[in-house]
This record gives sequence, structure tokens and C-alpha cells, in this order.
Amino acid sequence: MNALSKAASWMGGAALPNRRDESFRWSDVARALRAVPPHSPPALEPGWPGPFEGLADRELVFVNGFEAGPDLALLANEVVAVRFISDAHDTGHLSRLKVQVIAGCKAVLLESYEGRGDHYFANTLLDIELGVGASLERVVVMDEPDGAVSVSTAEVRLAERSTYAQTVAASGAKLQRHETHLHHPGGGAKARLDAVYLLDAARHADVTTVVVHEGLGGETSQLAKGVVGGSARGVFQGKIVVSHGADKTDARMRHDALLLSDKAEVDAKPELEIYADDVACAHGNTVGALDEEALFYARSRGIPLLAARAMLTQAFVAEAVERIEHEGAREALRGWAGRRLEALS
Amino acid sequence: MLSVKNLHATVGGKAILKGLTLDVPAGEVHAIMGPNGAGKSTLSYVLTGRDGYEVTQGSAALDGENLLALAPDERAAKGVFLSFQYPLEIPGVPALTFVRTAINAQRKARGEAEMGAPEFLKLARATAASLKMDFEMLRRGLNVGFSGGEKKRMEIFQMAMLSPRFLILDETDSGLDIDALKIVSEGVNAMRAPDRAMLVITHYQRLLDYIRPDKVHVLAAGRIVASGGPELALELEKSGYDRYGEAA
Repeated sequence: MNALSKAASWMGGAALPNRRDESFRWSDVARALRAVPPHSPPALEPGWPGPFEGLADRELVFVNGFEAGPDLALLANEVVAVRFISDAHDTGHLSRLKVQVIAGCKAVLLESYEGRGDHYFANTLLDIELGVGASLERVVVMDEPDGAVSVSTAEVRLAERSTYAQTVAASGAKLQRHETHLHHPGGGAKARLDAVYLLDAARHADVTTVVVHEGLGGETSQLAKGVVGGSARGVFQGKIVVSHGADKTDARMRHDALLLSDKAEVDAKPELEIYADDVACAHGNTVGALDEEALFYARSRGIPLLAARAMLTQAFVAEAVERIEHEGAREALRGWAGRRLEALS
Repeated sequence: MLSVKNLHATVGGKAILKGLTLDVPAGEVHAIMGPNGAGKSTLSYVLTGRDGYEVTQGSAALDGENLLALAPDERAAKGVFLSFQYPLEIPGVPALTFVRTAINAQRKARGEAEMGAPEFLKLARATAASLKMDFEMLRRGLNVGFSGGEKKRMEIFQMAMLSPRFLILDETDSGLDIDALKIVSEGVNAMRAPDRAMLVITHYQRLLDYIRPDKVHVLAAGRIVASGGPELALELEKSGYDRYGEAA
């Protein structure tokens, strides 16, 4: 099911996924790591604040895979921050967390991937389950050093009438991948799976999602936005499967990427597999430069070229960021995106 | 005010303007009429500096200053404004943010102080009310999901807010029903002033019933082939553009 869960020697010893694995075609973990590194030693929690400082009711902190508390987070009506911190050189570690949202409760999960050091391999596995009528908004920020290899994989299971909303913000690393497998039961359940990746230099970020609609009348909405400069590479793989019997499913996927340089690259693979009847499914995918007409329109109003570019790029990203419901998290991501875009221009 | 002399321009290597000469003095409203393909929109883009519209000969100056040497935003700061035939949708940028950014960019370019938020909002509310626009629309992404008529009204809103000196209206009447046409025309007429001039580009005479021009020019095959008073527009409405040659 998850190639990485049995990959490294400190986790069972199988081979790292490489580009011959279809799902890792554009994100060759084996090549980025060469070999499975030795296990990271324990480390103290570093002093810096996470990207969601002050927003959570409580905080779970993993450092190099070690965590003080239990590995099950039972969420009621609350905001919980989970920080996956790496402080390692040439070593690797696995973090595991189970998240359950109690039936009928409305929770927010603020998840961050933070690191210092270099050439580490952070592998993170999450198992997220929503009770009947529960709601979870998951906001993820991945900010890691240039040389890091970081792969986060989540299995998400929705229940009837539950609502799941996810926004992943990634700035890339040597190889950074965020993968979500969503089991969608239909039955009035709704899912939103958004992403923003902003990459400069030679960074690589991969956003992969697989949504399987298994029951009647489910809704999925997906909006991914990428801005890629330098010789960076963005990967978007979005797959929506509407299983036999999942009639009246409404699934919409959109991915748009802006290339800021000739050497930047975006690989996108939107997929819809439909085995049901009476479904409303659509996907759109664009990769290109800023709209010249819109640039001219802004300039003709007196906005200079650089400011017009910055405004349009920010607006391009804002479309996804503004869909975050939690105000504090939305504000945090606006700031994050503003700083990343400044670094990109 | 605006002085265009023997202007030649190409688009994608194809000659569109072929020796256009035009003078619009301050305080006047001039209409440019002509058949499709005559170069009407090209003229508006050449005057505002759009990429891909290459001037190969001639000049265009505003109050003696060469416009053609300036970037589009610099021309805007000098007071040139184009009301687009097809206004762009800009998702993620609220109309208010867009207009305030534009006003303050122009002010900065002119070495003036920024317009503060309270002053801006007061002006925006008054302007929206005069154009019978729902103020809440201005908080949404610029022109996103707007009808053709709403977009044209938004152009006039921007024009009123930016208070330019030289206005170019490119087919402003297209897509407008009669009520919207009246409101938009009132907005334009309210901007008539002794130190301001306008160029109204239109295919049909209809708009000129509401925005009365001082002069009418006929543009055909890339140059002005006839000029006259408002009666010329009425004549064209009757006889068509046929007698002005191949571009009709």
C-alpha cells in the first residue's frame, strides 16, 4: 500500500521507491537518497516557533520521529498543531501519528514539517479518521532545508456526513512529497484537497492525491496552484476514482502552475476514473506563464511591470489560500506565501 | 492635447495603421468610427503601449510629450486611460485593491502623496453610487463572473477613480442594454472638462446619441479618410462604410 512504510532498514528493509514505480515516476526517492541512511539520534525540540505559533489549543511535537506523548490524537472541538521537526545530518527517521476526529466534532489540524541540518530523510505516516458528521480542516506547511528528503503520506477515511478540507503549502526540498489517500464513502460527505507549491532554486515538491469515491453522492473539490522558478520542479498527481455504485458523485479537480523561468519544470498528471453513473466530474490543468493580457491591463492602469507581476502571482496563489476556513491559519499561509513569492521574484 | 502624426503600426508583421493623423485638443470629444478591421482597436493599443503593436513610423504625443517612448504604466501616470473593449477578469484581486494599487502607483510615479484608505473608500463609495453599482461587487475579484454590462461599468468606475486627462473608450457600448448605456454615458459625460479630452471609438452611431462628439473621424484601412461634425455619424448610419473602400 505504501512503498515507503517498508522501505528503510530501520523500518523493515525493502527498497526505496524509484522512478520505475509509476507513482514515483517524477520523484525518485532512491536516487535522491542513494541509500537508506542510518537512523537519526534523538534531539531536543529546537527553539524556533512553528508556522502556526499561537493558533493551537494544544501541540504535538515530533523531533526526528520521537514524540513525548501518545501516537494517537483524539480530536474534539479544538485546534491542534502537529510539528514534525527534523534536526539531523545524513540520517533518517519515521514519524507515525493516528488522528481521530470524534463523531459530530469540528477540529482543525495544523501540521508543519520543519527542519534544520541537511541530507536527512524524514518519512511521515499519518492515519486520519473522521467520525460520522465530523469535520476536520487540515492545513499543512512544509518548509525544509535544501538538502532534505521528506515524504509524508496520509491515509484518510471519511464517514457519512463528514467534511474534510486540506490545504498543503510546500516550498520543496531536495525532494519533498506530500501524498494523501482519501477514502470517500459518499453519503453527504465532502472533501476539499487544495495545494500551493512555491519553488525556487533547484527545489522539488510533489503533491500527490488519490481520492476514491466508494458511495453515493460524495463531493470532492480540488484546487492546486504552483509557482516554479529557477531550475525547480513541481509535480502534481491527482487521481479521482469514482467506484461502481458511487453514483451522483460530484468531483472537480483543477491544477494551475506558473513557470517563472525556462529551466523550471512542472509535471502534472490529473486522472479521473469513472465507473459509476450520473456523475459530475471535471478536471482542468494549465501550466504556463502569467497572462500577458492581464499584465497589460494592470500596466495600462498605471501599475509598473514588476508590481503587476507580483500582484497577479499573489492573486494566482490566493485563490487556493483564501479557501482556508480557519482565519488564523489562512492569515499564516498568506504571510508564508508572500514571503516565498518575494524570494521567487 | 493628443497629437498623432503619420502613424504606421504593424501587428504580427502585418501593417494595420498606415499613416494615421489625428489631433484632439483639450476640452473636446472626438469619435472614431469605422468598419471592422479598419484599425480602431489597434489605434487604442498603440496609444497605450501594448506589446506586439509595433510602431514603424510617425509619432504620438500628449501635450508635446512623446507617448511612444513610454511604458504602458508611465503613459497611465501621464493621464492616458483606455476603457477596454473586452475588460480582463483578474481572479484573486478585488476591484477595490486593484484600483487603489493603480491610483497610488500613478501618484508615486508623479511624485504625489499616496491616497489614504479613508479618502479612497469615500471616493469609491460615491463613484459606485453615481454609476448605480453594488459596492459589494467591488470587494470581489475584478470582473470575475461579471456580465458584459457590469464589466463596462467597472471600466467607467476605474476611469472616474483614476481621473485621467486623456480618455480612450474602445467600443464601450458593446454588450450594453439601453439602461446601462445611459448610466455609462452619464459617467463619461460627467468627466468632460476643459483640461480633458476623449477619443470615443465605436462601430455604431448609437453611443454618440449619448456621448455627443465635437468631431467625428472615419477610420478605414488604417488611416483617417473623412472628418466632420456630429452629422457625419448620422450620415454613416444611413449610408454605411461602403464608400470608404476595401476594409468595409
